[in-house]
Amino acid sequence: MSGERQKKIRNFCIIAHIDHGKSTLADRLLEMTGSLTEREMEEQVLDDMDIERERGITIKARAVRMVYKGDDGEEYILNLIDTPGHVDFNYEVSRSIAACEGAVLVVDASQGIEAQTLANVYLALEHNLEIIPVINKIDLPSARPEEVIREIEDVIGLEAHDAPLISAKNGINIDSVLKKIVSCIPAPRGDEDAPLRALIFDSLYDTYKGVIAYVRVMEGSVSPGQVIRMMHTGKEYTVTELGYMSPGRHIPSDALRAGEVGYICASIKDVRNCRVGDTITLVSNPAAEPLPGYKKAVPMVFCGIYPADGADYNDLKDSLEKLQLNDASLMFEPESSAALGLGFRCGFLGLLHMEVIQERLEREYNLDIVTTAPSVIYRITKTNGEVIYLDNPTNMPDPTEIAVMEEPVVKASIMTPTEYVGSIMELCQDRRGTFLGMEYLEATRVILSYEMPLNEIIYDFFDALKSRSRGYASLDYELTGYKESKLVKLDIRLNGEVVDALSFIVHADKAYARGRRMAEKLKETIPRQMFEIPIQACIGSKIIARETVKAYRKDVLAKCYGGDITRKKKLLEKQKEGKKRMRQVGTVEIPQEAFMSVLKLDM
Amino acid sequence: MTGMSNDIGLYIHIPFCAGKCRYCDFVSWSGMEDAWEPYAGAVARELEQKSQMAGQRRVVSVFIGGGTPSILPHGFIMRIMKAVREHYDIIPDAEITIEANPGTLDHERLGAYREAGINRLSIGLQAYQDRLLEFLGRIHTARQFDEAVFIAREHGFSNINADIIFGIPYQTMEDWLETISRVLSCGIPHVSCYSLTVEEGTRFGRMRQAGCWPEPDEDLERRMYWTAVEVLGKDGFEQYEISNLAKPHYRCRHNMNYWLRGDYLGFGVAAHSFFNGARFANTPDLKLYLESVDRGNAALSEYYHISNDEALSESMILGLRLTGGVDIDTLSSVYGTDVRKRYGKKLADLAERELVELNGSVVRLTKRGMDFANQVFVEFI
Repeated sequence: MSGERQKKIRNFCIIAHIDHGKSTLADRLLEMTGSLTEREMEEQVLDDMDIERERGITIKARAVRMVYKGDDGEEYILNLIDTPGHVDFNYEVSRSIAACEGAVLVVDASQGIEAQTLANVYLALEHNLEIIPVINKIDLPSARPEEVIREIEDVIGLEAHDAPLISAKNGINIDSVLKKIVSCIPAPRGDEDAPLRALIFDSLYDTYKGVIAYVRVMEGSVSPGQVIRMMHTGKEYTVTELGYMSPGRHIPSDALRAGEVGYICASIKDVRNCRVGDTITLVSNPAAEPLPGYKKAVPMVFCGIYPADGADYNDLKDSLEKLQLNDASLMFEPESSAALGLGFRCGFLGLLHMEVIQERLEREYNLDIVTTAPSVIYRITKTNGEVIYLDNPTNMPDPTEIAVMEEPVVKASIMTPTEYVGSIMELCQDRRGTFLGMEYLEATRVILSYEMPLNEIIYDFFDALKSRSRGYASLDYELTGYKESKLVKLDIRLNGEVVDALSFIVHADKAYARGRRMAEKLKETIPRQMFEIPIQACIGSKIIARETVKAYRKDVLAKCYGGDITRKKKLLEKQKEGKKRMRQVGTVEIPQEAFMSVLKLDM
Repeated sequence: MTGMSNDIGLYIHIPFCAGKCRYCDFVSWSGMEDAWEPYAGAVARELEQKSQMAGQRRVVSVFIGGGTPSILPHGFIMRIMKAVREHYDIIPDAEITIEANPGTLDHERLGAYREAGINRLSIGLQAYQDRLLEFLGRIHTARQFDEAVFIAREHGFSNINADIIFGIPYQTMEDWLETISRVLSCGIPHVSCYSLTVEEGTRFGRMRQAGCWPEPDEDLERRMYWTAVEVLGKDGFEQYEISNLAKPHYRCRHNMNYWLRGDYLGFGVAAHSFFNGARFANTPDLKLYLESVDRGNAALSEYYHISNDEALSESMILGLRLTGGVDIDTLSSVYGTDVRKRYGKKLADLAERELVELNGSVVRLTKRGMDFANQVFVEFI
């Protein structure tokens, strides 16, 4: 019985590089299956965050259920599980993949396979997913489907000669994708009578329902009223509601059974108790083992986030707490800076994750924030044998107390057309990369592998890579460990005073160049003030670069506008607003962008 | 501080001129001669309409500004002054000023002004060098200023102000000293020294935007300012406000009323009023102004009620422009709040930065504070 039911289910995800058309294809599938009419449908239903839509990337995974009538006249339930499309969210991708039996691999007919896609394809292959290659954007003049098909066959070793050639944008050949999904992707085959094991692949906080867990039931079944246990966190809850996901709404049901994808609400207050990758089981009949692959998301990039106006500290705290409701990988703890006052040290999965959080704070929560330059976690063994992990450069111990200092290193895979190899190798070399190897994907494309310090990647590496390859190179990286390194803390003094929020840790050999560039950059960013401001970049007490912001000589409104005091006041209010966007450090006013300028040194 | 005094001022805006100066961003138009007559009529009517507001309050100053009021045939000014006298209680020794361009003053006009009771002239000299006047877009020559002052005296005007501008591109210290000495040799008792301000929307503003504005040297500009204060000071001029200097008893009462937050009513297009705790202004749209007044309506385009807090803030900002400073104990009793406590930290910080000095309960801008007055004012906004 359970076998018959599961035969009609297909669980799949779409793997694609950014802008290769994943969301557009998802929209077409929904449209074709009548899951929503063209009219009710807002473009790109799956990406429901502003930032995602603007950047054309998916940050949080979502899932949606469609009903498709196959050629055999039978109705099939297709569960599309969306995957985040960025390197920072690799773990989430792996959980989404683990929830599926198949994947649709969307490749741009002009651009071919990219590093990120490849990483996800390998991930999918590891989980034994059936992969359906699809060539998208075939209607573009630059499309070269034959070459791309050959590339898929050569590089990944997938049969691709009968890959559907589609245009998601213009709705060409979408039906063939649906047919393939039904015919190629295996139906789930979990034992419905076994103890419950449901994989959480995403979660969402809802003000009324609490945390909503998005799950794939691998074995067993679950119904409202039953008591569930999160196998890794050990927390127990009573299911209040469960059901299926339809675009824009939830459809409650009486049970979720093996093979199905759906949602579970259980009055869970904290998203950290409902972690992606955890396994849900029943307290009354628990599974012996959780599903494999659980990992607690570990932040790799840190920065300080401060309210622009100190009075907004509590608002910032509330907003971060709200964001954390939906994002178990966001970490934050209070910190204080002499320059910026009270704020938070926040940990992120990566740079994009950091930018997304910053933007959401600004846009959704309407906060004015100042962020400091990002940092990684350094491992310091002190001369007294104590080992500390340092995520804020300000707290770096005195060099005399440091026995060994280590920094996180990653294995970076860069996929690029061969013509940019020289320039990219130069860049990696410059960023202290150690060459590991080069692999030809085809005559014109290679994968370069480097071991690189993460701290070199978090500054503008990605931008530099894009500009050196005219946008063609793509990057994927994974943390491999820690390595001893000659690192120094570079301080910036303004008017003689160290500005803690501007300190950063840099390799000793690069300190001089970075210090000089930083001083130049600050000179451009800091407006003239009533007195001359010396800018110094120093290592300890040694000054390695110096610039000066000249003083302005006056700031006074001369005229009296026939009694128009309102106008005078408005001008002063504007000036006050401008001042508010500045941070007073000692006697110097520093514009907020200055704190991020270390990121944009164009080096 | 509103309502403390029974005295009020009247401001009458004449938005016409012979040619728009390149730095000017006041509401004014050149040409438009056809509008002069209806405009004078509308102002007279507005004077009548607002007279109910003024009620029994005494008018101690009238200021006819512009634009260039003196461009109008004197009959229009007479008509406006007639309405002023008919509808308002003007005290016998009220200060009644008209702004004039040196190129427009003649015997006929000056005689008529005198007859209408106008007793003060504010003449826009700006600079004594014709090449600078041309650069500024002025329609007159330096020589015409001398002539204007000369005939003004013949008509009995002794209370005369000259506006002069420093910080003009291509202006040298020698030019500036010459301008000051010419003003001094005319024997006039009041000088307004303005730093040239480049405003958006003016010809100069567009030049700056286009990147072809020859930015004058800031150090020179400040030296010019302090030189003027010093040179004029030697001749008996006291600086009483950031941009204004006068011989004893010749301070401009009308402008003092602005700084001290006395009430005033404005008439004409874009004219501003401050009355019974509210700041309001007429529309800057000439057509709309004429139509509204014609229909007996107020031609207001903005109206702000000033709260007690804002009033205190204004008292600081406006009062500190005066060299006499602000007496915070007086403000405390006026506003019923401990101003010392309220602004104590700010004042201490500003004093520390040598922008203000505290003398008993009086706060004043220091010399440095005069250079950076906005830095002080923003603390109170």
